[in-house]
Amino acid sequence: MNDMNALRAEVDHRYKIGELVEKRDDLAFLECGKVDIPDVLVYLRDHQGYVHLSFITCIDRLEEGQFELVYMLRNHEAKHDLGIKTYIDRENPVMESTHGHWAAVATYQRELREMFGIEFPGCPRVEESFALESWEGPPPMRRDFDTKKYSEETYFPRPGRETNDPADHMKKTQYPGRADL
Amino acid sequence: MKTKSVKTVLPNLDLPESDKGYFCDARPEAVEPVKGIWENFLNWARANSLWILGFGTGCGAIELRPLMTSRYDMYRFGIQPRPTPRQSGLFVIGGYASVKTLKRIVRSYEQMQGPKFVLGLGSCTVNGGMYWDSYNTINRLDQYIPVDVYIAGCMPRPEALLAGIKTLQKQIMAGEAEGANDYARNFDWYKANQKKIIKDWNMPDYNW
Repeated sequence: MNDMNALRAEVDHRYKIGELVEKRDDLAFLECGKVDIPDVLVYLRDHQGYVHLSFITCIDRLEEGQFELVYMLRNHEAKHDLGIKTYIDRENPVMESTHGHWAAVATYQRELREMFGIEFPGCPRVEESFALESWEGPPPMRRDFDTKKYSEETYFPRPGRETNDPADHMKKTQYPGRADL
Repeated sequence: MKTKSVKTVLPNLDLPESDKGYFCDARPEAVEPVKGIWENFLNWARANSLWILGFGTGCGAIELRPLMTSRYDMYRFGIQPRPTPRQSGLFVIGGYASVKTLKRIVRSYEQMQGPKFVLGLGSCTVNGGMYWDSYNTINRLDQYIPVDVYIAGCMPRPEALLAGIKTLQKQIMAGEAEGANDYARNFDWYKANQKKIIKDWNMPDYNW
């Protein structure tokens, strides 16, 4: 296993980054400022062997008023995954596009724009719909979007639907009188 | 009971002028069944030549594959998959349908020749199933196209699908599977429902 603390020192030497969080032997996370993201990604790709971008994802930190973006990189030779985390403002979510470094980034950014409403200016085809056609509501993966309420208002719910907890239902129907099971 | 909407649907209004010539501009018309022995013969023929549209609209389409193999062998009931809606009489909606898929379902259903039948496979078509509170899947299929038989379950086994098909055959023999006529009679109501959730309506109103 390569020395993650040495790598962190190397990156810290160049860019302002947070503490290294090692989740497993083959998985670690680094936090980094929003403006440094493209440079850090390119440095890790070109000099540290993290050649593969597995995915970009977003976590809605509603309470803190922030979106957490995670760029997950993979070093195939060292068999190591490294997540680069950054935080952007939830009210005005704009992130610098990194589609020039990996072509696949454009697709992830298109999805993030549709599902979370994060803008990536300059990213190719980012305005096109990704999975949702003709969506007019707020970005559906934001935590303050009430998907149940939206569904009830939009999709003609069938009245009389009952919901059973599977464990309780099984006890009642399959094992009556043996609730201590 | 379904009520007829007063809203009049304008034919192919959202199509560009150059495309309008490709599509019919007449409303669908209900075809009254002929009474008597001739209709019984026709219904017998219809019930024993159900051709499924080869369009897997959801996860439930996986249950159609075992039907073709020797264990379940749907061909013994005269059922076979067809590649285009024009040749099909039975549309199996396999489980959940997103708004995006529903748009294709409506187009395909309208292109099928009457008399045509719809089989709702899985709980998702009945009341949304496990996706009942999803932002992007419909809850009730019968609001958008007429459904003859529902098969509940998540997922129903191929045996359940066969039982549903047998039920549909009985309905056809009894002359009760009138989905295509129902669609023609309540055309405005169905179109209004479809257009309520398909916001970017860029296809013809009359797909035949």
